[in-house]
Amino acid sequence: MSNISFALAGIGLFVLGLYALIVHDHLLRKILAINIMGSGVSLVLVALAKHGGDALPDVVPHAMVITGIVVAVSATAVALVLMVKLATETGRAMLPDDSTE
Amino acid sequence: MKLLQVFLTDTHWAIILVLLPLAAAVLCFLFSRVASFIGVTTLFALLLSVVGLGWQMRETGVYHHAIGGWEAPLGIGLYADGLSLLMLAITALVGLGISIYATSYFKHQDAARFWPLWLLLLASLNALYLSADIFNLYITLELVGLAAVALASLTGGPDALAGAMRYLLTTLLGSLAYLLGVALLYHGYGSVDIAILATQAKSEPVLWVAFGLMGTGLALKMALVPLHFWLPATHANASAPVSALLSALVIKGAFYILLRLWLEIFAPHSGGAETLFGLLGSVAVIWGSLQALRQTRLKLLIAYSTVAQLGYLFIAFPLATIAGATVWIAVAYLALSHALAKAAMFLAAGNLIRFGGHDRIADLDRVVQRLPLTAGAFALAGVSIIGLPPSGGFVGKWLLLESALSQGRWDLVMVILLGSLLAAAYVFKVLGRTFTKAPVSHEAHAVPARMEWVALLLACGAILLGFLAPLIIPLMDIGNPFTISGGQP
Amino acid sequence: MNWDAWIPLLVVASSLLPGLVIFTLAEEQVRLRTALNLLGAFVKLALVSWMVWGVYNGHHFETRLPLLPNLEFVLRAGPLALLFVGLSTVLWLVTTIYAIGYLEGSPHRSRFFGFFSLCVTATVGVALSGNMITFLIFYELLTLATYPLLIHRGTEEARKAGHTYLVYTMIGGALLLLGTAWLYSLTGTLEFTPRGFLAGLGEEHRHALIIIFVLMIAGLGVKAAIVPLHGWLPLAMVAPAPVSALLHAVAVVKAGAFGIVRVVYDVFGVDFATGLGVMEPLAWLAGFTIIYGSLRALFQDDLKRRLAFSTISQVSYVVLGVAIAGPIATIGGVVHLVHQGLMKITLFFCAGNLAETLGIHKVSEMNGVGQRMPWTMAAFTVGAFGMIGAPPVAGFISKWYLGMGALEAGQNWVLLVLAGSSLLNAAYFLPILYAAWFKKTPSSWPHEHDFGRMETAWALLLPPLITAALALAAGLLATLPFSPLDWAKLISVREFY
Repeated sequence: MSNISFALAGIGLFVLGLYALIVHDHLLRKILAINIMGSGVSLVLVALAKHGGDALPDVVPHAMVITGIVVAVSATAVALVLMVKLATETGRAMLPDDSTE
Repeated sequence: MKLLQVFLTDTHWAIILVLLPLAAAVLCFLFSRVASFIGVTTLFALLLSVVGLGWQMRETGVYHHAIGGWEAPLGIGLYADGLSLLMLAITALVGLGISIYATSYFKHQDAARFWPLWLLLLASLNALYLSADIFNLYITLELVGLAAVALASLTGGPDALAGAMRYLLTTLLGSLAYLLGVALLYHGYGSVDIAILATQAKSEPVLWVAFGLMGTGLALKMALVPLHFWLPATHANASAPVSALLSALVIKGAFYILLRLWLEIFAPHSGGAETLFGLLGSVAVIWGSLQALRQTRLKLLIAYSTVAQLGYLFIAFPLATIAGATVWIAVAYLALSHALAKAAMFLAAGNLIRFGGHDRIADLDRVVQRLPLTAGAFALAGVSIIGLPPSGGFVGKWLLLESALSQGRWDLVMVILLGSLLAAAYVFKVLGRTFTKAPVSHEAHAVPARMEWVALLLACGAILLGFLAPLIIPLMDIGNPFTISGGQP
Repeated sequence: MNWDAWIPLLVVASSLLPGLVIFTLAEEQVRLRTALNLLGAFVKLALVSWMVWGVYNGHHFETRLPLLPNLEFVLRAGPLALLFVGLSTVLWLVTTIYAIGYLEGSPHRSRFFGFFSLCVTATVGVALSGNMITFLIFYELLTLATYPLLIHRGTEEARKAGHTYLVYTMIGGALLLLGTAWLYSLTGTLEFTPRGFLAGLGEEHRHALIIIFVLMIAGLGVKAAIVPLHGWLPLAMVAPAPVSALLHAVAVVKAGAFGIVRVVYDVFGVDFATGLGVMEPLAWLAGFTIIYGSLRALFQDDLKRRLAFSTISQVSYVVLGVAIAGPIATIGGVVHLVHQGLMKITLFFCAGNLAETLGIHKVSEMNGVGQRMPWTMAAFTVGAFGMIGAPPVAGFISKWYLGMGALEAGQNWVLLVLAGSSLLNAAYFLPILYAAWFKKTPSSWPHEHDFGRMETAWALLLPPLITAALALAAGLLATLPFSPLDWAKLISVREFY
């Protein structure tokens, strides 16, 4: 049963991250929010790994999580570089307001 | 002759399609002085490999290969049917055009940055079209997204950087939603292999939630209204070749995944999602076209046109529940034509910007005389985008219209026709101005002939597609990708 | 190899290929461009003559290529197709000569002649189309090819006229597309068949078919300039004179009128359409257009605008002939397709000559112009008498058969329309002729060019003389074999007996 609670916690993190991504203006917070969402997804993957009655945990989701972490690290790196560039160009680490044009 | 045949049938073209651009990307990074040469050569090789793969598949049917003998979930399985083949082909073809254009467009430092990223993007896209499991699709989707973001930021400057940043956050969000869906599917059915999932899937909450997440994530990446907020700024502020590849190719990657998952796994258990897709698609067609019509800058107009044209792909979902394969063929055809036409349009816009230093539509200033090839490219691409005969866009829209009429879906009939009329309005709004003189003439800069010709040839390709349906449709049907599998409908 | 299967395609290609090559030519390659233009025109003429002879002797010319799932690209040379192809081919040749003379020394001629060739390609394709989808392809191509010609001069006025033209034609095209696709979803075929292919459809489709008929006629009526869909035509006068000539006499309005003939005869079939009760309203609409166009023409001082409203009126004779739905009226309507083309193109050539040579654009400036340009005005006079319907010019034949046909069909009101319109035609043409021949020549012309001994350049003078002669011949020699009237009778026989 604890697996389910981990999975729920993972989903909680995902939702929390999504909320933060939307409401915060500062890009660093947005990037952190994305990372928290990523951790949430990883948690869900691992928590739901064991299914059926096997004693051994399924390794596949673990492999996925590891891959996912690698992806997340590189994505974060790209995001940070972009943020720094944007900050040097505009002096603010934020996206411009007019999102429609 | 026999040797050639053996060579054609025994070579693992699919693996080449992924590894070659990857290796070339590394080489371009190491030897940036000859990056253009490496890049264009690679694209030629990719095009030939697709031809090889097509030849192979015509002989032996669908392609299936487990790399190193390891099947999914631990290994990586490669799979190609007619749909994959067509997507690979259009990627290679449009990619070649964009690459040749880029050799003239990017110089020195810019070229050194462009080529490795672009080749990486191509490797990821090819891998995407060849993936046989939903987790690999996630990886490739993420790689495509990251490479695309890096390319979008190449121009520098606050607008392009902000556009790239917004694009990055969007694409990451989309991927994470998709990944969460993968986790749920794996939990529910114990596999990530599409073929296995297809047989196991049942109409139950875990499937619905997974589809909701994956569908939303992919719709976000495809800028389906109302999730399109990021697209116009990103596509309009990137450099011309990048705008072209984003609009023509990258978006198609996400759509391919959505289509694949829908056809294989979700369609029989959709719970009415196709109605929602149809509705959003209709809104996208009308609203996107109206926005395009309002724009005063050419690249923004073209970007909004992308939002509108993608709507057509979603209109197909409700129609396909009854008409099936015909509608999906229409959709695939629209996607192919849009790739060619939209690439041509963005490249033509790039030429106009290079020429006049701006892309204000009202000041196009007689480019029909001064850059006839570019004006011609925009016009021909426009014909396909509008869906006028004879063009690839017409074939797609005719098939859609036919299905909508035979099902009595008058709402969709009206949307299809109205979308075409609005497209005509925004295309000719631009073309009319290419004939007139601007109030103030600007200093003109020379545009390399190569850049003009590439745009024109891509546009001609979109027109030519209108005549090639009898050849292309059988190719698309290899492996029956459009037959809904996975249990009873 | 069966050559008969490729000739229709070659007829289309004979203007398409030169057109595409011409686009690539530099501005100063005048000789090569002229040679290509004339080569294409003569090759087309030869091929069409071959087909006319062949069809007369029972040959079957048909090109069939796969286009879409279950739909083919079909070009077929039936009698009706050949009538229109023959007209287009002959008039293309003379208009090409005229355009070469008219545009001498003006800029962007490669572009002009390229689109000019595409325009003829589209017209010939419209004529030869063997099914509705092929027709649709060429019909839209025609819109696209004429747009650049229309705004050729690149002025703001031209751009606006082009815009209006597109608004009309694009919406018209969409309606036609909708009608076609709808029809296809009901029947599963779009193949033009004598007397239509809808007879097998049950009564339950009656309402749908009426709407489809309205959609298609509306889509075609835009190009045929049926009131109230005619708004683009007078504005299109900003185009250079050869374009106006082509738009009015051959390509655009005729494609619309021809399409209506096709839809009524070979899609719906006259009997079936009459059964639907759609023919009478169409006839009323055509009658109204005839009177309305003539009335508006009466009040135009601008010569080209007067001719434009006259076109609106005259093209509806064709529609009227079809809508009366009898064999004799059919002959009158179909033959007017050719007769109106010959006469109207003559008038536009002459108007162009007056503008080019003397700078005359208005009717009020034409006093005494007959003495300065007797040949041009002689041709104009022939055209004008033809429009009025005076024998022996071709227009008389058309009106005669229309009138007889109306009597035969018991639609006596048509005679009133014909009489009224002839009076109005006389009222807006005769004052021009009177002024040109009998009023005093002014001391100076608005903007005179000198062409030496000739009244104007030979390339400008020859075409109207040829077409005027043809218009006369079509009237005088109407009873000979291969005359337009003879063909129209052939077509009528095929449809009614």
